[in-house]
Amino acid sequence: MLRRILGSHPLGLVFAAPYLIFIGVVFAYPIVFAVWMSFHDYFFAAPGAVVDRPFVGFDNYVTVLSDPDVWRSFGNVGIFLVINVPLTVALSMLLATALDRVARAKTFFRVAYYVPYVTASVAVVAVWLFLFSGNGLVNNILGPLAPDPSWLINSALAMPTIALFVTWKGLGFYILLYLAALQNVPRELYESVSMDGGGRIRQFFSVTVPSVRPATLLVVLLATITGANLFTEPYLLTGGGGPNGASTSPVLLIYQRGIEQGNPDIAAAIGVILIIFVLIIAALQRRLVGGEDR
Amino acid sequence: MKRALGSSAAMYVVLSLGALAFLFPFYYMVIGSLQTTVDPSPSGAFPDPGNLTLDNYGAINARIDLLQGLANSGIFTGGVILGTVVFGVLAGYALAVLHWRGRSATFSLVLLVQVIPFQLLMIPLYVMIARDYGLADSYAGMILPFFINSTAVIIFRQYFLQLPKELFDAARIDGAGELRLLWNVALPLVRPALLTVVLLTFIGPWNEFLWPFLITKEASMQPLAVSLANFLSNIAASTANPFGATLAGAVVLAAPAVALFLVFQRYFTSNDLGSGVKG
Repeated sequence: MLRRILGSHPLGLVFAAPYLIFIGVVFAYPIVFAVWMSFHDYFFAAPGAVVDRPFVGFDNYVTVLSDPDVWRSFGNVGIFLVINVPLTVALSMLLATALDRVARAKTFFRVAYYVPYVTASVAVVAVWLFLFSGNGLVNNILGPLAPDPSWLINSALAMPTIALFVTWKGLGFYILLYLAALQNVPRELYESVSMDGGGRIRQFFSVTVPSVRPATLLVVLLATITGANLFTEPYLLTGGGGPNGASTSPVLLIYQRGIEQGNPDIAAAIGVILIIFVLIIAALQRRLVGGEDR
Repeated sequence: MKRALGSSAAMYVVLSLGALAFLFPFYYMVIGSLQTTVDPSPSGAFPDPGNLTLDNYGAINARIDLLQGLANSGIFTGGVILGTVVFGVLAGYALAVLHWRGRSATFSLVLLVQVIPFQLLMIPLYVMIARDYGLADSYAGMILPFFINSTAVIIFRQYFLQLPKELFDAARIDGAGELRLLWNVALPLVRPALLTVVLLTFIGPWNEFLWPFLITKEASMQPLAVSLANFLSNIAASTANPFGATLAGAVVLAAPAVALFLVFQRYFTSNDLGSGVKG
């Protein structure tokens, strides 16, 4: 009787219980809390203090949507995505295909590509900061071709430089995803193209690219989520979102409005808008990239 | 045949150029951390023995306590790994081997949680953990949001699913309880999964910046990534050789993760990661 209600191994629920409680405490409750906060006049108070936090309807959203900094930060993510996503897809697909084909030094190349991915952003940010500073190595090599003002303090180049950094940093992970996808591509497909006289490049475009479409969809989605999460890089590379907010990201703004300026209700509203933004972009990409339903 | 040779040479050229772009910043990090004076010219990329020193490591250690930072990073990471492995194994086993009501709903939940960006939860989590529970500047507060990792649950489930059902049935007929089955039969068979999960989990908290940055204000509680970032944005300018000192700190922060990865890289395979994110 009990078995019919709980299944043949009710113990499973006990085993999964810590995970379910964790999800409740760290994901479900905070999401509900954030939405609630965004509709109230919420401010920080001493623990235990009884304070009135009145319902204010869409006031916080009105404040957020009439703030040019917010629009700018979403525009910056747009710039980020336009550079990061195509570059990530193209480079990781190309490098994974090359890695899949070669026989020698495979481990060396694999390891080389994953090293930035496993290293802390803060550590590699430090190197990039010096490579791309005004008198850094990159400008020394470029000589008169170096941009003025330099990369990270140039309002047109700050965000593209961040996008380049994030692409470089995360590429190893995406190469790994494509390598997994390539293992499922039937070898006969390549053979039939080469029978028809198609070279490696033909093979790449008529077999590899369409075969790994589900992986591409996943890569695009994950890269978008990374863009929506952008914080460490603009915070550290451009000193808190620097030149005139040209590299401020929504999460950086959430931090500044919520923690630095003490308006968690405004910050929560930005967060809710950001979630909606991610969902819309994800739905659009799904249509655009196509790919089978998983 | 000739064309095949030519195109495989092209592959190596592409891969080598890529590898150079990936590894050069690390090489530059190490070289820079050893230079007495900054040499940002191209020749500075090649070490001049007269310009090499370990002083930068001393300089950064005088400003931020590297050992304390490493210890904090270690405790934070260790706590996350412990929670992830223990509760991830239990949940993964329950999802793969046991039949109970709510199993498929729970698995959908695991997949759903994967796509929720953690940063979006940071304000409510900050209010709860730092303000309401008073866990700011504590290891518990640092660890809590990462305590169980959904990717790990998925990886463990995947591995447990691959074990033959007969194995479990036979042991159950012999009267073994589920905990014993898990501990004595299932776990020893999925040892590679354990290593993969430990490796994957290690990267997260060791490299995490935003969350510990939010909730640790006391320097003695900060993981190394946080204290190095504070050094970078606030105090580096007042150091004699800020370039060398910062890079020395970066080397200390990067080294443990890179070393661990180099030693165990063969457990870091595309299939595990693929299944981890694909479900």
